[in-house]
Amino acid sequence: MSRNVGRRSFIVTAAAAFAAACGWDGGRTFRPVLSGVSRFNDWVSARIFSSTRRAPKYDPSERSRSFPAYHISAMTPTVDDIAAWRLEVGGLVRTPLSLSLDEIRAMESVTYTVKHHCVEGWSAIATWTGTPFRAVAERAGVLPEARYVRFDTFDRNYYNGWDLDSAYHPETILAYGFNGQDLRPDHGAPLRLYAPHKLGYKLTKYLTRVTFTDERPGGYWEDQGYPWFAGV
Amino acid sequence: MDEPIRRHHWIVRVTHWATFILIFAMASSGLQIYRAYPRFGERGGPYFPNLFHNTAFPEWMRLGGWLAGGINWHFFFMWPLIGFGLLYIGYMIVSGEWKKLAFGPRDVKPALEMMKYYLRIRKDHPPQGKHNALQKGAYTGAVLLGVLSVLTGLAIYKPVQLAWLTAAFGGFQAARYWHFWAVWLFVAFTIVHVVMVFAVDPPSLRAMVTGRYRGRFPSDEP
Repeated sequence: MSRNVGRRSFIVTAAAAFAAACGWDGGRTFRPVLSGVSRFNDWVSARIFSSTRRAPKYDPSERSRSFPAYHISAMTPTVDDIAAWRLEVGGLVRTPLSLSLDEIRAMESVTYTVKHHCVEGWSAIATWTGTPFRAVAERAGVLPEARYVRFDTFDRNYYNGWDLDSAYHPETILAYGFNGQDLRPDHGAPLRLYAPHKLGYKLTKYLTRVTFTDERPGGYWEDQGYPWFAGV
Repeated sequence: MDEPIRRHHWIVRVTHWATFILIFAMASSGLQIYRAYPRFGERGGPYFPNLFHNTAFPEWMRLGGWLAGGINWHFFFMWPLIGFGLLYIGYMIVSGEWKKLAFGPRDVKPALEMMKYYLRIRKDHPPQGKHNALQKGAYTGAVLLGVLSVLTGLAIYKPVQLAWLTAAFGGFQAARYWHFWAVWLFVAFTIVHVVMVFAVDPPSLRAMVTGRYRGRFPSDEP
């Protein structure tokens, strides 16, 4: 009989624990464990998957009819004077750069039609045009001690960080074109990061600054609990 | 009283109960993730037929509190789920127990006979080994469902790295769709499984806890 009681109380305890746990993000005690496992998953992803695999390509006729655009500012952030806008490239580089949009447009360019994967579960196909991030990095001459790159924006305090392998992927671009036209303000004009091999929240819009660093930068969403690597 | 017979190895019992809890945890954190985009299909549609299109599941069914919480629980529990799954499958192969459980072409006819028995078309219980043919079908199906859940999960997790896998399921949104279906098939399996345990063979519950079986099947009657 004692075995029966033991089993019953186990089931009741488990059910109660389960009901109480729902809606629970781990709390102060368990959230660090979860983010530790999230970092472990990042580590596994970075090691077992390729940092150069190209994404499947689509025909422009397959573009999605709608493509949501998110920003954290109350209003869509815009640049008043595009002639005054610059992308500052600095940190662990030989030659810090201050690039105008025209200078970036004059560099080599890549165009692809790919599927965008949002962490929320939606996906949408669009055509993106931009300069390979690697070309900008080479122009600045990244120092060997750099391991990460941080992206800052004029969308309030939105920022995030990438590992250099992912940033140097041939399909990681600084995009200024969307579906054959100039990048629109809701999609991050004048310049945003784009890559089909990362979740949308890593594809930083409204860029102002690129900083090479040896310390892993966090990120606006990453600091709140989203996975950091977010490679798809 | 009958002498109890040893029925389930401790690996089977531990993986059984661990998987039961873990599937609940995966399903509830999965419903939290589902909340962020509760439909299937590219933005702008068309959408897949779905009973839960735009359904907001109640809070008590969701684990994580918000999207990142759901994701972090989901990607935490995936490890023990895969670990226990591999331990179970490994044990079945090494011990040879899989032969008593795997549903094969030879089980089709006995399964129909079992169905007749449950539907009262046939009076006597068909002879059986450790499990009857319908059980074999259900348990084999549950294992395959686990495999399907893991594979569709990987297809959603890495649709670029594993583009071939995602394409095999019909694309990213279709992979999400099958991943979601797996949840309801697990729920259906669990309900039928529990009902059958209590309706047909209550001693089997104790056997799955202690490993010892004290019951009798109708087919065992002299």
